[in-house]
Amino acid sequence: MRLGSGTFAACCVVIEVLGVALFLRGFFPAPVCSFSETEHQTESPAPEPSAGAISNWTELPRPLFRKVVIMLIDALRDDFVFGSKGVKFMPYTTYLVEKGSSHSFVAEAKPPTVTMPRIKALMTGGLPGFIDVVRNLNSPALLEDNVITRAKAAGKRIIFYGDETWVKLFPKHFVEYDGTTSFFVSDYTEVDDNVTRHLDKVLKRRDWDVLILHYLGLDHIGHVSGPNSPLVGRKLSEMDSVLMKIHTSLLSEERETLLPNLLVLCGDHGMSEAGGHGASSVEEVNTALILISSAFERKPGDIRHPKYIQQTDLAATLSIGLGLPIPKSSIGSLIFPVVEGKPMREQLRFLHLNTVQLSKLLQENVPSYEKEPGFEQFKVSERLHGNWIRLYLEENNSEVLSNLGSKVRRQYLEALRTLSLSLSRQAAQYDIYSMAVGAVLVLEVLALLLPSLPRALTGKAELDVPLLSPASSLLFYLLLLALAALHVAVCTSTDSPCYLCSLPWLTAGGVLVLVSTLLCAVVSALAELLASGKRLRKNPPQSSSGWSGLDLLISLGTVGHALSLGASSFVEQEHQTWYFLVNTLCLALCHETYRHCFLGHDCARQRCPHAGEEFDWVAVAPQAKSTGPDVWELDRASKHPSPLEALRGPERWMVLVSPWVILTCCRLLRSLNQTGVQWAHRPDLGHWLTSSDHKAELSVLAAVSLIMIFVLVQKRCSLASKVAMAFGLLGIYCYRVAVGNLLFPWQQNNKGISKGITEARFVYVFVLGVLFTGTKDLLKSQIPATDFAVKTVGLWEIHSGFVLLAALLLRPHRLPVLVLGLAIQAVMARFVWTPLRHDAAQVAAMHYWFGQAFFYFQGNSNSIATVDISAGFVGLDAYAEVPAVLLTTLATYTGPVLWASHLLNFLTSEAGSGSALSHACFCYALICSLPVSAYIILVTSLRYHLFIWSVFSPKLLYEGMHLLITAAVCVFFTAMDQTNAKS
Amino acid sequence: MKDTDIKRLLYVHLLCIFSIILSIFIPSFFLENFSVLETHLTWLCICSVSVTAVNLVSYLVVKPNASSKRSSLSYKVTRFLKCCIYFLMSCFSFHVIFVLYGAPLTELALETFLLAVTLSTFTTVPCLCLLGPNFKAWLRVFSRNGVTSIWENSLQITTVSSFVGTWLGAFPIPLDWGRPWQEWPISCTLGATFGYVAGLVTSPLWIYWNRKKLTYKNN
Ligand SMILES: [Zn+2]
Ligand SMILES: [Zn+2]
Repeated sequence: MRLGSGTFAACCVVIEVLGVALFLRGFFPAPVCSFSETEHQTESPAPEPSAGAISNWTELPRPLFRKVVIMLIDALRDDFVFGSKGVKFMPYTTYLVEKGSSHSFVAEAKPPTVTMPRIKALMTGGLPGFIDVVRNLNSPALLEDNVITRAKAAGKRIIFYGDETWVKLFPKHFVEYDGTTSFFVSDYTEVDDNVTRHLDKVLKRRDWDVLILHYLGLDHIGHVSGPNSPLVGRKLSEMDSVLMKIHTSLLSEERETLLPNLLVLCGDHGMSEAGGHGASSVEEVNTALILISSAFERKPGDIRHPKYIQQTDLAATLSIGLGLPIPKSSIGSLIFPVVEGKPMREQLRFLHLNTVQLSKLLQENVPSYEKEPGFEQFKVSERLHGNWIRLYLEENNSEVLSNLGSKVRRQYLEALRTLSLSLSRQAAQYDIYSMAVGAVLVLEVLALLLPSLPRALTGKAELDVPLLSPASSLLFYLLLLALAALHVAVCTSTDSPCYLCSLPWLTAGGVLVLVSTLLCAVVSALAELLASGKRLRKNPPQSSSGWSGLDLLISLGTVGHALSLGASSFVEQEHQTWYFLVNTLCLALCHETYRHCFLGHDCARQRCPHAGEEFDWVAVAPQAKSTGPDVWELDRASKHPSPLEALRGPERWMVLVSPWVILTCCRLLRSLNQTGVQWAHRPDLGHWLTSSDHKAELSVLAAVSLIMIFVLVQKRCSLASKVAMAFGLLGIYCYRVAVGNLLFPWQQNNKGISKGITEARFVYVFVLGVLFTGTKDLLKSQIPATDFAVKTVGLWEIHSGFVLLAALLLRPHRLPVLVLGLAIQAVMARFVWTPLRHDAAQVAAMHYWFGQAFFYFQGNSNSIATVDISAGFVGLDAYAEVPAVLLTTLATYTGPVLWASHLLNFLTSEAGSGSALSHACFCYALICSLPVSAYIILVTSLRYHLFIWSVFSPKLLYEGMHLLITAAVCVFFTAMDQTNAKS
Repeated sequence: MKDTDIKRLLYVHLLCIFSIILSIFIPSFFLENFSVLETHLTWLCICSVSVTAVNLVSYLVVKPNASSKRSSLSYKVTRFLKCCIYFLMSCFSFHVIFVLYGAPLTELALETFLLAVTLSTFTTVPCLCLLGPNFKAWLRVFSRNGVTSIWENSLQITTVSSFVGTWLGAFPIPLDWGRPWQEWPISCTLGATFGYVAGLVTSPLWIYWNRKKLTYKNN
């Protein structure tokens, strides 16, 4: 079967996307959990252990508290309460912490520090899988055992106000609720007022047992203006007054009922110095947790150093406090100070219940649980406990009893700590089979792409894909048979859940057919490569002109980058790698330019003698390595002399200066957003601009940027789209003013902050208008008689429509990224690629590199925290999943998409050779799938690495998404190429 | 004829390596607390000075390009001044390039500049000695198939390897090992030195190995 190399590459990338999806499904596993889900309701609690004597205490202990109020403040970092901010803005809380009857802790959240997994962790006590981040926007009901379900089953009446996520997680659990949406990040007063307004009414009532309040305002302030904004202080004092209200009301009620209540103040995750969250920095992980109850002793003193506990410990504590069984998959241990005031027998009972639950979980998740130190400690302490009970029942000497009791208690606490540690370390199991099949698919695609590189870049850009050849068919059937046998064997033997096995067998069979087809194709491609290699050796050609320095740099850089992903620091600091590579590329281009300018004659003389030979050689061995682009280049070179020598005056100067201009632009962009992990807290221009004191400067910058965008884009547009662009850019400024980011010159301080829906939709209209004009021009160019220029204009209009959309979605202080990107593209196209006559493959590779660098220039990083989710809600009234996801993706991948679309424009407008587009498409596909394949292998081998969840997994998600985008780009390229071929 | 040339090249290179090794050990006799890592800047100065001196002396003695026939004093002086200007210019342009690569603009400027000086010593000084202040000749040597003698060939190898060494020296900086030599610009200067030494060692060997294949326009 003959295929154009562009089409071939697009197919390959699409298959690769499938493979990566399968791999991801296997890689992000089900969390550590209890499998005996169905029977948990009927199971009786573990009885008190006893040696000899029979204990009479078999039912669950009574609840410790009558009512529980959980006040969850989103993104409540520990120092907001315990630090100087807390002292300043939360006087009542500080008083309670220092002098009141309370226990305060720093609760460590496990990454991903995103709201929904954190709520799950708080309520189930388990560690949710990483994939929950992805499901965060659309959370399904929580099916695991958790405190809320248990409480409801025990007849407790639960009321909830706050973040809607809870209502989605617990759809039928609350007797009364009011959910607020968390998606308008710029709204930080209304979300909380919606919670507080119910408070007066509810606190007076007596008909509830658990009240949960989830305040979102602080998190929103963090996302918009960071933890050092003055708004944080105001929000904290608001929260403090809410806490005071609840606490006084609970106290006055206690006076009547004489049963203690519990008030829990906690955060779900922290807030990084930039204001986001999602990763695992100290600021994001440490949250405040305060338990307030009159049952606790008043202990003034060591507040400045609250103890560190795990966030998952709260679930077990709440269960004990409410007299419920501990959730089955909870890995937390009881926060002991809570029960410290109780009699020894009760204390030991609570500890015993918790240890039994943990050891059961250990038995279910670890095959060799008996060798675990925690389990041994548990057995020892259970035996001691039994002895103690016997002594207790025999009414022994009280001093001996208390001494032995505290020994047992110490033993239990030790066992709890060890058990909970080993459970949290117990990495969730990977679905190795699905991962392997996915990885094999990806590697096969790479193995198919790599050997076809020389042939794909020949002048005709066509490939023989040996899909239907009869020789491979026997191999194919054999392979399929073997794979089917393997599949059956794997699926029947393992007892762990496996995604591929759970698929209907027709789908699984389809995957197997795909795997074996690709393997056959790879084998025959390799055989052919060997054969042609032999043929080449018989009549050896001169191959000195094969690799220029630039080719070497590009391939070494790509391979080196792929390998660097094995180190966690290089993943965290990947932006440094790209900046470094792009800088080196610019310097190499600089060297090349200077050589051509000053030694132009020498080079021409050296190149010319090859031309004749090479043409002969092409006739002999048409599939030989990388002759295509050279032929194309020489073809053009022989028609007219080197354009660099023809250049005189200012043009020549621009050629000489342009690499330095680009380098300077890159350096400027680099200091705009200090991204990554290691140096992310350093002050940068972006922080300076977004601080509220510099609104005027930001406004000027944004206005200048928007004007520059217009200037750079309008030249090649038709009149209609020029006008649309102008209005669109004006609309963007109005939108940003409406949202409160920018100022009009006549407006001194922003009063009304709206969501800017009208303005944003106004811009959307013009974006669609520009895109529509572009599409219309493209369609027009299909009519045979039209000018070729129509197509170029159409493509450029689509490009500019995209630029307009990006300008709307990007934060105003990131607009310079867009401007400088467009400027660099213009300079490169005019003064570097055209005069130096790089071939399509090289140009594509350079576009890819710049696209990657711009991905980081715009402030992204490989941690989830930097995804700007607010971009997904520009111009939307309510949360709508599809547009929100689409817009967020576009905003995140602005850089790569911008450069890909420029590549298309550049190659079409140059139009030197018909095959340029398919060369570029092939090169783009190859250069993108190389790091993906390498990364998949690396991640598989590093799956027990310490940083696998905090560093490597987010990067894997980014890579998957990037591959998806590349697939879309390649398909679009191929579509354009096809229309090219027709017209 | 060629073999003696290679031998002379080897001796010059060995002298250069020797001067670098001396610059590591000798100063500790005169200076207290001297060590390459802790008093890095001092070592950089000493190293650059000694390498420059050795280069100048050896090229004056060996005179690989005996083509400078005009030897009037004024010509020599202008040539020397030009060389100095070229050297300073190369220092500044290296500094600019480091900043473009992401070195901090205001902090650690002295460190960055000394790295630039060191790299210039390893690359520009031999170029000036051999080729003189002639930008076109430099470009010729550093383009493909542009070398005309084994001296130029070795110059190409040592210069490129110093650059590559500096380039590779930047890689450990983002790693989270927390070693003292990961600080800017220590790893880069060490990389440059190692690259230079590697170039000095390999270039005579490589030329010796390929002496049959190498044909120069002049020879
Ligand atoms: Zn949150
Ligand atoms: Zn948030």
